[in-house]
Order: sequence, then structure tokens, then C-alpha cells
Amino acid sequence: MAGGLQQAFAEKDFVVTAEIGPPKGTDVAEMLRRIDLLKDKVDGLNATDNQAAVMRVSSLAVCRLIRERGGEPILQMTCRDRNRLALQSDLLSAWILGVRNVLTLTGDYVTFGDHPDAKPVYDLDSVQLLQTIDALNHGKDLAGNELKGATGFFAGAAVTPEADPLEPQLLKFEKKVRAGAKFFQTQAVYDLDKFKHFMDQARKYEVKILAGVVLLVSAGMARYMNKNVPGITVPETLIQELADAAKDQALDRGIAIAGRTIRRLREEKLCDGVHVMAIGKEDRVPDILRAAE
Amino acid sequence: MIVAERKSLERIEAMIEGMQKVLVVGCGTCVAVCLTGGEKEVELLAAQLRMKGKLEGHPRTIDEITVTRQCDREYLEQLIKHVAEYDALLSMACGAGVQFLAEYFGDQIVLPAVNTLFIGAAEGAGVWTQKCAACADCLLDQTGGICPMTICTKNLLNGPCGGTQHGKCEVDGDKDCAWTLIYRKLEKIGALDRMRIIQPPKNYRPMTKPGRYVHEAYQAAKKE
Amino acid sequence: MRQEKTAGFEPVVVAYCCTYCAYTAGDLAGSMRLEYAPEVRVVKIPCTGKVDAALLLRALEDGADAVYVAGCAAGDCHFREGNLRGKEAVAYAKKLIAEIGLDPERLEFFHIPASAGPLFAERANEMTARVLRLGPNPLRQTRSQPAGRKLVREPDPHPPLPQTKSGCLIREAKRGTEPVEPIKKEAKQ
Repeated sequence: MAGGLQQAFAEKDFVVTAEIGPPKGTDVAEMLRRIDLLKDKVDGLNATDNQAAVMRVSSLAVCRLIRERGGEPILQMTCRDRNRLALQSDLLSAWILGVRNVLTLTGDYVTFGDHPDAKPVYDLDSVQLLQTIDALNHGKDLAGNELKGATGFFAGAAVTPEADPLEPQLLKFEKKVRAGAKFFQTQAVYDLDKFKHFMDQARKYEVKILAGVVLLVSAGMARYMNKNVPGITVPETLIQELADAAKDQALDRGIAIAGRTIRRLREEKLCDGVHVMAIGKEDRVPDILRAAE
Repeated sequence: MIVAERKSLERIEAMIEGMQKVLVVGCGTCVAVCLTGGEKEVELLAAQLRMKGKLEGHPRTIDEITVTRQCDREYLEQLIKHVAEYDALLSMACGAGVQFLAEYFGDQIVLPAVNTLFIGAAEGAGVWTQKCAACADCLLDQTGGICPMTICTKNLLNGPCGGTQHGKCEVDGDKDCAWTLIYRKLEKIGALDRMRIIQPPKNYRPMTKPGRYVHEAYQAAKKE
Repeated sequence: MRQEKTAGFEPVVVAYCCTYCAYTAGDLAGSMRLEYAPEVRVVKIPCTGKVDAALLLRALEDGADAVYVAGCAAGDCHFREGNLRGKEAVAYAKKLIAEIGLDPERLEFFHIPASAGPLFAERANEMTARVLRLGPNPLRQTRSQPAGRKLVREPDPHPPLPQTKSGCLIREAKRGTEPVEPIKKEAKQ
């Protein structure tokens, strides 16, 4: 049964996904409002999974809520917090609760988050997790046992097109494809020439690539990301553009930049779509999409 | 070899609080090499504890002795005649030595004066880094002699992760990204194909604790 | 320069001086008739590289109010880098005594070139002044109190490495230099 996202890839030239960040706690009113705001404007909504190793409501619960409200959820699964039993168990649970798409991630290390003394799991890595999903899709678990009812997940993974050095990333990208990844959401893309270079390699495989677009709210944020987030290089010209804007205009400038990037990616047919990341500013995602028209 | 670091003096003081007579037992093998628990370090710790006791008005007797190593019975035999007169044995050996000593002298209080850190090697004078995680299923042939279970913070078998930046690990900018190292090494030795293999999930069963290893020669004898 | 003995106690300062530089400077100070604190006891050692933390701790445990190690100027050590090791040993010992509550100022390392007679006197006075400021070593009263000793260790009955009296551990096998002929198969009769 083809889920909404898989169908979108088959029918559309340009697919758009966005992210929902769960709350730290049981008060989901704000999050539900954001889901309702975005569910009809995008082809899929990622529910992040203890992102940056900060404990929050699990992706699974949020995906269920997205499904209930008529949106298309994408389950995010990191290998940091669960062993292979829990991972498979959660995958079966997700299927039963109506989730059809999974994004596999290794996961930021525990020391980044707010429980830095926790025991990191990493029983599987993202490639092995993709193999696991493939096994479940074929009615078997990782140990080879027959399942009473298989899954049919549309599996995806992440990739960093501007990694330096790039070759190990490409090797891993290739392994992910072989392990069963059908779509990829990339780390934020700013240098479209480097991205084109990456896409030359990626187009050898029959996979869908969604370029990551991160909303920059200020020059300071851009500089911070350059320094601290691996695989992201915001070009100096964009930083300057943000810096030149008046203080309360910076966000609008960031939205314009994001819209421009999306438009260019679409018009030059560089990839199969975009994944919009606006953590904390999900309300402005519709503005970004409008700016991209 | 096993690398260890001495516990803080407060911690050690807390362990021997109220005791009148303590024997500091050193170990002449791994902990001596990493300058933590050998004969010299035993001298220093004993001197510190003596002086502290005197300074704080509760003098106590701190004796010292260092054996070749604490993980073999034959080297502990010579301690038999001494131990009874002590309130506790303060061992500067690794966790294995402390437990072995505690088992051998079943009626004695045996205390650990060091924290056992890891299996490692010397990077330079006074600097040791972890090399091996004792995963019981060595795969160094697949990775050009660089261990992803140890050097990769996330112990990925199909690395690198998305956090690698210019060959450094996202977790600690001073640490090298294991998989970038592995990539460069495999490239250098012409074995890059090994990195294209999808490594299956790690079998953690051999790492079940506590481990036990019986040499083949002795296995046969036992059966008879 | 005589120090005023207003503190009410007689300081005990031990100076480990290396033969080639510091002790020579001490000799020079003597022949220059420089007066320096008489409380300083000079101990001549071949090189400050010989000093390790245990030596310094023992001196303090035995009641010295201050201990200093004087070696050659950086780069001038007769034994190449002995003075650097001595300096490290003092730094380490300072940390160790700070841990137990003794003031680390009671220990110090100085570079005293062989020709620096006045500097030798200056350092001696400096350390004595420090002691007068810090007060006597609290361990003085308890220094004759027995507090432990090193037990005698017996030799291992089965040492990990074999004891060799002479020669090498491995016997060289005599290997032939002629190539080995393949065995000719007998034709079946």
C-alpha cells in the first residue's frame, strides 16, 4: 500500500517535507496547532526523535497524532537510544499506528543533550537499521524469525552533501542505498555548486533526494552553524545579506533566502524536492513556501 | 595494557577513615607503566596519607609493598604473613587486581585506590589513549587496524556519521573521526573495498559479563 | 643579609643543589663572602634530574619547613635535560602536598647558573623568608612519630622474565645453507 509520501514522489516533480519538533512534556497544544498549520501544505512531516539528544516526546507518538489529524507522518529513528529489540518493536508499533515512512539516523551523541551522563546505545547503525527495515518489510525480523504480519515501510536516510572530506560520505551513501534507502533528506544546502557535484554522484542510483533548507534567522545564527554544525557552510554572501537587514527584518530576509533557494532547486531540477527545517519557527514555513513560488 | 588513574585523595581518605593501620599494595605491571600504581606511586600515596593523618591530628600507620602483579596468586603469596595486622589493604592495582586480592584475602577489607580506565597504549610521555574495547570479536582486518568500536565514539561499524567535520569527531573536536582515519588507511593500503562491505550488526553475546576463557589445552585435560 | 628571627622558631630549609651549577654557585657565594640565611642546609646532588617527588615529600614528612631544588639554567644542564625533569618533579610534588593541605610554597625549583653567586644567596634568603611568613611545618612536631614503613619484598619464585646470568635468551638454531633436494619418487615395480 503506497503511502502518501511515496505516492507524492511518483506523481510530483517536486516534493516538500517539513519538520515538527515535539515538546518536552505532555502539553501538546502548541504542537498540534503547528501540525494543523502545515499538514496540507507539505507532502510529509518529520517528527524528530530526541533531536540533539534532548529528551522529548517520542517521534512515534507525534506521528500518530499527525496521522490522526490527516497529515502524512515520517517517523524519525535514531540508533542512539534503543537497542535492536526496541527499534524493531517501535517499527512494528509505528506500522500498526498508521505510519508508513521512516527516516533512519545514527543520532547525535548523548553529551550534546540535556542528559549527558546517559548510556549511549548505538546497538545498530543507520545502515544496519535500513537492513532491519528491509527485513521487516519482507516478513522477517533481524534474527530471521517469521513475522505475524509484515511491514511495508518507505525507508529513507540522511546524507551530508557538503561533508569534508566527501568520499567517506559517498561510500556510506552508497551503502545506505544498497541497504534499502529509497529517499534521502540532506543536511542544509547553501552552496549549489557543491550540491550539483554531489547530485552527479547521487543520480547514479534510483533514489529520491530532498535537499535540506534551514531557515536562517540572523547572521549570528549563520556564523554559529558554520562553526559548530558539521557539513554546513553558509556562504559569506548570505551572511552579509542577513547582516545588512535591519534587526527586525532579519527573519524576513532569512525567509526570502530560503524561498529563493527552494525556487532555484526546483527550477533547475537539481533534485526531487526539499526538506524545510525551521525549528522553533515552524509557523513561518508557509511563508517560506510562498516565497518559493 | 590496562591504563588507570589514581582516585582523588578525598575519595581515598573517605575509604580509610577511622582506620589505624593500612597497607598500600602496589602492582608492578600495567599500573606501574602508566605511572599510577607502581612502586614509586605507592611511596607517594603512602607519604601523602601519613602526612595528612599527622596534619589532621589522627596519625595512622601506612605501610607499603609492591608486588610484581596482583592478578596471579603466586605473586600474592608473600603477602600472607603481613596482611592480618592491617585494618585494610589499599590496592593500587586495576579492578582485576583489587578483586583478585580481595578474593585471595577473603577476611580482609580491600579498597581500590585507582580507577581503571581502559585498554590503551602510550601516545607520548605521560599520555595514554584507549585502543581496545575488548569486544571479543576483533574486526581490525576490516578496518585497516583502526578500531571503530573504540575510536568511534558511537562505535559505528558502517561509518562515518553525519557529524564528522574535517576528519574530527562531532563529540570532541580534538578527537579524530575514526571512519575518516579508516577511509584514509584503507585507501593507503589499497583495501578500500572493505569499506564498501555492509558490516552486519555486532554480535554482543561474546561480551556477556563476566567473561571466561579456558585455554584449549586445559579444556581437553578437564574433560578427561 | 641576616633574616630577623622574630617568628620564634628556627626554620629548617633544605636545598638540593646540583653539582655543576647550583652547588658551584654556592661555593662562589662562599668565596665572595656573601652572607645568606644560615638555616639553609645544602645537599649536593649530581643533577636535579635525580630528584623525584618522593624525595621532596620525605623531606617535608621529616620536618623540613621548606625544600628547594636548584639546578642549571634552562639549556645548560650538564646531563642535557636533568634540570627540566627536576622542575617537573617539583611541580608535581607541589600538587601532591597541596592535596593534603600543606602550602605548595614550601617547595620550589630555581635555576642558578654556576657563576651566579649572589643569586644563590638571594634564593636561600627568599626561601627562608617564605618559611618565616608561612610558619613552621606543622609536621615538625610529629616527625619522630612512626607512621609506617616499606615492607621487605621477597624475590618472585617464578619471575615473569627469566633471569639470565649471561649471554642471550634464545639459542640460535643451526640452519643449513644447502638447498633441500625434492624427494625422488620411486618408480613402482
